[in-house]
Amino acid sequence: MASSIATRASAETDLPPPLKESGQREVFCGLTSIVWLHRRMPDAFFLVVGSRTCAHLIQSAAGVMIFAEPRFGTAILGERDLAGLADANEELDRLVAQLLERRPEIRTLFLVGSCPSEVIKLDLAKAAERLNQQHAGRVMVLNYSGSGIETTFTQGEDGALQALIPLMPSSDQVQLLIAGTLADAVEDRLIGLFHKLGIERVASLPPRRSTELPAVGPGTKLLLAQPFLSGTARALIDRGAELIRAPYPFGVEGSRDWMAAAASAFGVAPARVAEVLDPLVERGQRALAPMRETLAGKRLFLLPDSQLEIPLARFLSRECGMELVEVGTPYLDRQLMAEELALLPSGTQLSEGQHVENQLQRVRQQRPDLVVCGLGLANPLEAEGMATKWSIELVFSPIHGIDQAADLAELFARPLRRRHALSFA
Amino acid sequence: MELTLWTYEGPPHVGAMRIAASMEGVHYVLHAPQGDTYADLLFTMIERRDRRPPVTYTTFQARDLGGDTAELVKRSIADAVERFQPEALLVGESCTAELIQDQPGALAAGMGFGDLPIVNLELPAYSKKENWGAAETFYQLVRNLLKPQLPAPGSPKPDPARWRSEGRRPRVNLLGPSLLGFRCRDDVREITQLLASYGMDVAVVAPLGARPSDLMRIPTADANVCLYPEVAGTLCSWLERQFGMVCARTVPIGIGATVAFLRELHGLLELELPAELQPGADGVCEAERRSRLPWYSRSVDSTYLTGKRVFVFGDATHAIAAARIASRELGFEVVGLGTYSRELAREVRAAAQELGLEALISDDYLTVEAAIAEAAPELVLGTQMERHSAKRLGIPCAVISTPLHVQDVPARYAPQMGWEGANVIFDSWVHPLMMGLEEHLIGMFRHDFEFVDGHRSHLGDGAPAAPAPAISADTPVALGLQWSAEGEAELAKIPFFVRGKVRKNTEAFARERGLAVIDSEALYEAKAHFSR
Ligand code: SF4
Ligand code: SF4
Repeated sequence: MASSIATRASAETDLPPPLKESGQREVFCGLTSIVWLHRRMPDAFFLVVGSRTCAHLIQSAAGVMIFAEPRFGTAILGERDLAGLADANEELDRLVAQLLERRPEIRTLFLVGSCPSEVIKLDLAKAAERLNQQHAGRVMVLNYSGSGIETTFTQGEDGALQALIPLMPSSDQVQLLIAGTLADAVEDRLIGLFHKLGIERVASLPPRRSTELPAVGPGTKLLLAQPFLSGTARALIDRGAELIRAPYPFGVEGSRDWMAAAASAFGVAPARVAEVLDPLVERGQRALAPMRETLAGKRLFLLPDSQLEIPLARFLSRECGMELVEVGTPYLDRQLMAEELALLPSGTQLSEGQHVENQLQRVRQQRPDLVVCGLGLANPLEAEGMATKWSIELVFSPIHGIDQAADLAELFARPLRRRHALSFA
Repeated sequence: MELTLWTYEGPPHVGAMRIAASMEGVHYVLHAPQGDTYADLLFTMIERRDRRPPVTYTTFQARDLGGDTAELVKRSIADAVERFQPEALLVGESCTAELIQDQPGALAAGMGFGDLPIVNLELPAYSKKENWGAAETFYQLVRNLLKPQLPAPGSPKPDPARWRSEGRRPRVNLLGPSLLGFRCRDDVREITQLLASYGMDVAVVAPLGARPSDLMRIPTADANVCLYPEVAGTLCSWLERQFGMVCARTVPIGIGATVAFLRELHGLLELELPAELQPGADGVCEAERRSRLPWYSRSVDSTYLTGKRVFVFGDATHAIAAARIASRELGFEVVGLGTYSRELAREVRAAAQELGLEALISDDYLTVEAAIAEAAPELVLGTQMERHSAKRLGIPCAVISTPLHVQDVPARYAPQMGWEGANVIFDSWVHPLMMGLEEHLIGMFRHDFEFVDGHRSHLGDGAPAAPAPAISADTPVALGLQWSAEGEAELAKIPFFVRGKVRKNTEAFARERGLAVIDSEALYEAKAHFSR
């Protein structure tokens, strides 16, 4: 395995330099990740300290009101709060007290910073400290920023997890730590497979109960389930964890490599890995075959959005036979993407950052068969005759692991099949 | 600081976007961080538009905050003007940009775009909301474009009947319809047809579908129609003051209001009132027959609608209209009326007072939910928020107002205004309820094993939710009230769709009488008491 990674790494030189763009971006801010984080940790509440815009964003990004009483809300700053900061702190205390009274089941409260709270320099770290004293023993108050001037979309999860890390107990125990939100069922399945491989202790961050944080320390080997956790990875490494380098668990190949990398880190014999995973691989490929038929040879353009673009491009090109026109990413973390970049077909054009008008112009020139993009752009592109896939759907759907590879491919095949199925002649 | 879980209205710059996106030839440069681009999806997904709203965001980042954000604003403006060649430019900022005070409007004005009209939008993001932002933007834009045409102070007001001397049909402007408004597209078509049938023409519809050059034709009309006061109210008042233009303010939703609207407009334009708009001996005018609502409402099947208790909540315009239609034209009993539009609270209060109610003015959807639970209505007429609350409470609901959901932007023609609008309203409010004999049949076959309690074939969603979790502190248990087993059994015999109300009434009655236990006797006592 190690040698193959080495050869792959050198392949990265086959990629032309990424196009660096700056201009209008069409990316949600980090507040958006609240929408899946609050499902993951039902005993946590996310209180955005921000503006009416922030409140409107999470409401709109989540679709109008999926949950009658959601586990997130916004403390909307008003003119009075802007006039004097002391006032804003008192107001925040009052709101938090009110909220906790209303929602006694909350165990962890995240104060989530926004652009307005950052710009007026409302110190949420201090506020969290103060509130922790006020509500000691009742609730844990944490803070992070999901502001759009600092974070895009999935970086919100990176921030939330980093806020949890200082609270994780220390332990030298040998264990595998999976970081990144997974769907519960997928997580159970993956943990089951790690057990089969002989990795006994598997913990995850975020946990399903916000109060049951896993331990971390020199015995911890860290495996990232999501590619957007740069800060989290760094913070866990600082706590003694060792990062397992691997592609991300999307598709048959990526998922196998991901698990195999963990197994190798735990000294599991390759034979055992093959014994456990090869039947899954074989089955996964069989399930994938019909999707591949739809997708093979189709040209794909990924606009930057969720930071999943590079792993998805790798999966769709290598396993589904799609041709990559351009792979956009909000930012390029070369370290965390090294294994993925090595697997991209040579010549793949990456773009980093965004200038949406220029990108759309390239999309129009290239007329790809499928465009992966954010919610705001999809219908206009459909109206121009291009099939689209919402990238946010990929963060909500259970797509990790070998068993999900066909489902993942199906998400991309469906818009193409649909176009084919429609006729108004 | 104010705690919000869901909001009825977006920030004011989203209101401004509604105006820009509704029009042709207008571009909006919005100084805002990247996350604020979410607003695009309101138009491309909820309103299901086939193009992006004409908005360029500066998407400034933390690292820009050092000092060159003003440069970024100027670059964005220059790019947008070059790329989109707008006929008018709106420049504004979102909540975050407001704090860093780059004054993009002033920057744009200094960039030398010749005679390109530039409207500097200053929409206070921390004190105002979406509808206010839309109204202000619409007003600022029109005011800016009409500046050259402003009549000198003291000049005589135009005669609304000048169409006669000019030998043409009278013409009016339809003001206020916009994207993300409730059924605006269809209302415009309906009202245009309605006016045509009475010999009136429409000069300008705005903002929906208008270009800046159309806005400059506004003063050529004889009168304005303020179709959506939330968006057009400010502008109509200004046109009245500055241009002396008369304005019809009745919103033609429902039969009575449509007739009143036509009469108002005929009066303003000094048009002779046609015979079919004159009330007959029975107070009914002939024109009403152009809609099916009055007949459907009088038909025998509608007897079951009598006194149905409805709760109304929405924007002010639609809430007021709904309350009037519900009480007068459908024979419902309105048990609650409210709005989130604080700007029009006075009007809603007045409408509520007429119905003997106190208006609920709130933008906290949980307060509204609690009020619905308290009123225990049989039908809720509300927004998407109330639709969810009603679902939780097991009460049928029809959506009458923004904020909306993609399903409130139907493919079919479904206006709310005019004669056809009344037909649409009849259908959409009555369908969630049980029709005619069905109510009795359900009572009769209640014990049929195939008839699972709460199952209503045509109400896809199946059984109403379990009794709502305690909303207020005065639950029976809290007050020591108890149902005897026999009382519970008797209660269970009452059809489920009135059971909630009966339970509530009986408990209220028991509390009033100081009863500790509710048995079947108490139940019948209460029944007699409430049926007086
Ligand atoms: S929960 Fe229902 S109303 Fe709300 S967004 Fe989803 S489908 Fe629409
Ligand atoms: S970009 Fe900033 S102001 Fe806008 S919604 Fe996100 S955090 Fe709030």
